[in-house]
Amino acid sequence: MFRRVAIIGIGHSKFGVRQDVNVNELAFESIKPAIEDAGVDKRDIELMVLGSVGVWYEEPLPVVSIAEYCGLSGVGLLRTEAACATGSAAFFTAYSAIASGQIDVALVVGVEKMREVDTLTAIELMGRAGCYLWEFHNFGITFPAYYALHATAHMAKYGTTEEDLALIAVKNHKYAAMNPNAQFRKPITINDVLSSMVIAWPLKLYDCCPITDGSATIILASENKVREFKVDTPIWVAGIGYSSDTVNLSKRSSYVGLYPTVRASQMAYRMANIEPKDVELANVHDCFTIAELMAYEDLGFCRKGEGVKLIRDGEVEVDGKIPVNVDGGLKAKGHPIGATGISMIAELAKQLRGEAIERSRQVAFRKYIALAHNVGGTGHYCYVTILKR
Amino acid sequence: MLTIPTLKSKPINLSYDIPISRTKQFWDGLKEGKVLATKCKKCGTLNFPPAADCPNCYSSDIEWIPLSSEGEIETFTHVIVKPQSFQEYEPYTIVIVKLKDNVRVLAWLTDTLIENIKVGMKVKLQVKKSQEGVLTYEFTPI
Repeated sequence: MFRRVAIIGIGHSKFGVRQDVNVNELAFESIKPAIEDAGVDKRDIELMVLGSVGVWYEEPLPVVSIAEYCGLSGVGLLRTEAACATGSAAFFTAYSAIASGQIDVALVVGVEKMREVDTLTAIELMGRAGCYLWEFHNFGITFPAYYALHATAHMAKYGTTEEDLALIAVKNHKYAAMNPNAQFRKPITINDVLSSMVIAWPLKLYDCCPITDGSATIILASENKVREFKVDTPIWVAGIGYSSDTVNLSKRSSYVGLYPTVRASQMAYRMANIEPKDVELANVHDCFTIAELMAYEDLGFCRKGEGVKLIRDGEVEVDGKIPVNVDGGLKAKGHPIGATGISMIAELAKQLRGEAIERSRQVAFRKYIALAHNVGGTGHYCYVTILKR
Repeated sequence: MLTIPTLKSKPINLSYDIPISRTKQFWDGLKEGKVLATKCKKCGTLNFPPAADCPNCYSSDIEWIPLSSEGEIETFTHVIVKPQSFQEYEPYTIVIVKLKDNVRVLAWLTDTLIENIKVGMKVKLQVKKSQEGVLTYEFTPI
């Protein structure tokens, strides 16, 4: 029998262009508050799992470097990579180590320093993150282009419009303006989105998440440690699901959704013994506006092709039927690839504790169930994590 | 604006020598104007991109066959903001096409105006020389 695991501490850095700090210092910004929030001593930590894709910053062994900087050398160290789902993969790894009985307390940190290289190099590195040989080498595909291929297919099949996608950007910028950790703090209009420059048609600048530096940390503990530490409001991991898809987009049979999201969420719902309608808050993977729209459908918040209704009718707002990304999402809070999954889960834990900093974006829970949906690449990886207070 | 102090790292120039011994027929095929796929002799699975080992049944007994050249556009995008290594190119259109033999291929679509491109449009696959003089394959309208 697997042991129950709870989130007992969270920490979050300011997201944005953070050339004022190096990777160690940026990780410290979330590790310190997470340890303080958990009320544990750093000597209680047995395993540190880092989620970081790297390549855009100078340290090839970042987890060793961060552990030394934070006085944690000696603990078990591990780094995960699952593209933009790296953070959730790190979380899953630490969760599993505790659930299996191997350890009792783990620190999961996600950090990315993407702004130490110039923008075109960052675009190059992300574009190669699919199948380099058959999709990048001759055809120069970019990360926005991967999702643009999905947007075109969705628009052709369901009549989704560029205006519909713009509504998602407007919503997420609105909530980012209420989140002090967000990269963008200014509300935008539909016209701002529609008139912004085309990046990969039909996606425009404001349909795309920014390139971000940031870190987030979570402390996880076993049930007996939760009792021993007398944790006030443990947030329990109720379900985790995962799946993947082919590296070549051309090997897939449909471009109007991401099958790994369907499979991973069904697995997580089953483990948590809930249905999609029980979810009261979701942080979904909105690296592009089309990605959020597909997530509504693939997570089962509505039927396939009907995602636009949720955004048009305001059902994904903080007071709607299923609030989505009321921290600004990747779209406006920012997307430091390895930190994103941890940031999503930490944000949900904060909401479930009723501690959203601005009351304007605090969700009113009844069942206290929240879901994080983290996609790596273009559905190359997917992790869904369900939390319960 | 305030300049943030940084230290320049030692540069690194990374370029990989990608092994193609086991898919050499594909690259040779381009020289003959053919786009080849692999077909597993054991289970019959047709693979593109070509695969020297069958992902379905793990047999390495494969044959090389030309892809059907006609298909329909399933989806497309116009890449305006290009990666560093494609800066010399004009904006390009990437399509995913389902060919008649049920295999999908991702490649550029050329020789047409952006406003003419639609999902469902019929196109054909052919070998072309890239701007850099390297053999590649592209779609053009039928």
